[in-house]
Amino acid sequence: MSAPVARYVADYHSAKTSSQPQWLTALRENALASFERLGFPTTKLEQWRFTSVAPITEKTFPLATDGLGAVNAGLTDSLSGGAAVAVCVNGRFAPSLSSLSGLPKGVQVLSLEQALISSPALVEPYLAKLAASDAHAFTALNTAFLRDGIVIVVAPHAVVETPLEVVFASVAAGKPTVSHPRLLVVAGEASQAQILERYVGRGATFSNAVTEVWLGAGAVLDHYKVQEEPAEAFHIASMYLHGARNGTFSSHNVTFGGSLVRNDVVAVLDGEGIDCTLNGLYVGRDKQLIDNHTTIDHAMPHCGSHEIYKGILGEQSRAVFNGKIVVRPDAQKTDAKQTNKALLLSDDARPGI
Amino acid sequence: MLEIKNLQVRGGGKDILRGINLTVNTGEVHAIMGPNGSGKSTLARAIAGHPDYEVVAGSITYDGKDLLALAPEDRAREGVFMAFQYPVEIPGVNNAYFLKAAVNAVRKHRGQPELDAMEFMSYVKEKAKILSLDPSLLTRPVNEGFSGGEKKRNEIFQMAVLEPALAVLDETDSGLDIDALKTVADGVNAMRSPTRSTIVVTHYQRLLNYIVPDFVHVLQDGRIVRSGKKDLALQLEEKGYGWLEAEPQLM
Repeated sequence: MSAPVARYVADYHSAKTSSQPQWLTALRENALASFERLGFPTTKLEQWRFTSVAPITEKTFPLATDGLGAVNAGLTDSLSGGAAVAVCVNGRFAPSLSSLSGLPKGVQVLSLEQALISSPALVEPYLAKLAASDAHAFTALNTAFLRDGIVIVVAPHAVVETPLEVVFASVAAGKPTVSHPRLLVVAGEASQAQILERYVGRGATFSNAVTEVWLGAGAVLDHYKVQEEPAEAFHIASMYLHGARNGTFSSHNVTFGGSLVRNDVVAVLDGEGIDCTLNGLYVGRDKQLIDNHTTIDHAMPHCGSHEIYKGILGEQSRAVFNGKIVVRPDAQKTDAKQTNKALLLSDDARPGI
Repeated sequence: MLEIKNLQVRGGGKDILRGINLTVNTGEVHAIMGPNGSGKSTLARAIAGHPDYEVVAGSITYDGKDLLALAPEDRAREGVFMAFQYPVEIPGVNNAYFLKAAVNAVRKHRGQPELDAMEFMSYVKEKAKILSLDPSLLTRPVNEGFSGGEKKRNEIFQMAVLEPALAVLDETDSGLDIDALKTVADGVNAMRSPTRSTIVVTHYQRLLNYIVPDFVHVLQDGRIVRSGKKDLALQLEEKGYGWLEAEPQLM
């Protein structure tokens, strides 16, 4: 295995975790094996041909430890009004920065580490079942280091009016570190909720995030992701959605920060009548590279998907956009729309392909 | 108004409805509930005359006439309306043009004079106002660029304009958020009248909080296994569809 891969593998073996259920340990070991097998993607791989991850692999990012001390005042302040905010620092739940006492009925927002201890049955059917560790090295890496994160469970038929905000702060006190933010959302049948997922930070950290969303039958979920990490940070994120029949899902992915950013959104529409909206906005400056890859799998008939991605690129920034839509046999009456537009503010900015 | 006797329907090579008996009197609102695959939408489509389904036995009498003998467009002319589960987009045909053609087809069938463009526009703007719909909807192509909720609202708008005698709403609430659900329900309630019968096909009880039915029927495996009043829907929500498998009462 290459030297960069070996460094992460070594960190896996020396990382200490509290005792976890056997099924999770097995998941993590399989994920590590996948990561070792796949290695970091190179530009010879179709899905990465415009985005070299050398700026990440040529650096050493030790696994971040507790970074609470390095969080400056205001970094994790709520954007949504503060009624329901779960904050993680370097991937670890930070109760002192969170505000979860006034959660409305019908929704649970827990630290993943806590959920694995107190109610593993809540999490086991869903955790790491969507995230494709065998095909995506960064996802495999995140799963290998799975320890903490946030779990949001919306009860069937619950209508949650308060936006649920999750803030992942990546902070480096000294040397830049890597953290693996993890979010699991389970929206029960016919439930309704809004989720705001935010990434903030300090220093040239590397955030390797994975979000899994299970959309129940007839559920309505509005999801927003806002990434405002520092311009020198690295951000690789994958979101996996599984939709059940008649579900309605919208996701708005906004990227401001990061010198190298890659967003993968994979949505599997596994029931009839699902409506899936994937929107994105990206703003690039200096030498930022922002890569958005989406995959929408119309596995069943009568589903609709809509994607609008817009970019504003200035100075020497670059963007990549790749939207794949798969229509399976017998997925009759599939309606899929996709648009990507970029506004170039300089002669050197380069929009996506 | 509507009498269904021993209706048996096949679709996609399978027996779906295995003997439905249902009577809907004028002015009544009946809810049809059931688990996925029970045949609820098939029943709605069989009433409307969907060509993908084959009636192998039974009868449907509508206002004294043999409904099954009529082509779908003739059923529509006779006052049958269906709000589709998956409304289609018709780019290039605007809502006003589409509705005027439908309204005049019904009027012609009844021997009434057809409405001209101006009469129609004032008629339809009144209807848009009753449903609190933005009249600019009328110049947009049918359902083009509409969200799921907007498409369902447009189906109810079409119902309001066509003023059917029998309205069949096929899973009108599926995929809607709570605000869109209330708007759709308000529209249906605005159309309730002693001269109109409504069949509401739904999976969830929640819609029936807003569109309160006179009767609730539960379908399972192509048969009505229980009928009751609106509290039946509440019991179902509480206990789940599995409850009926334990205590079926075949009708």
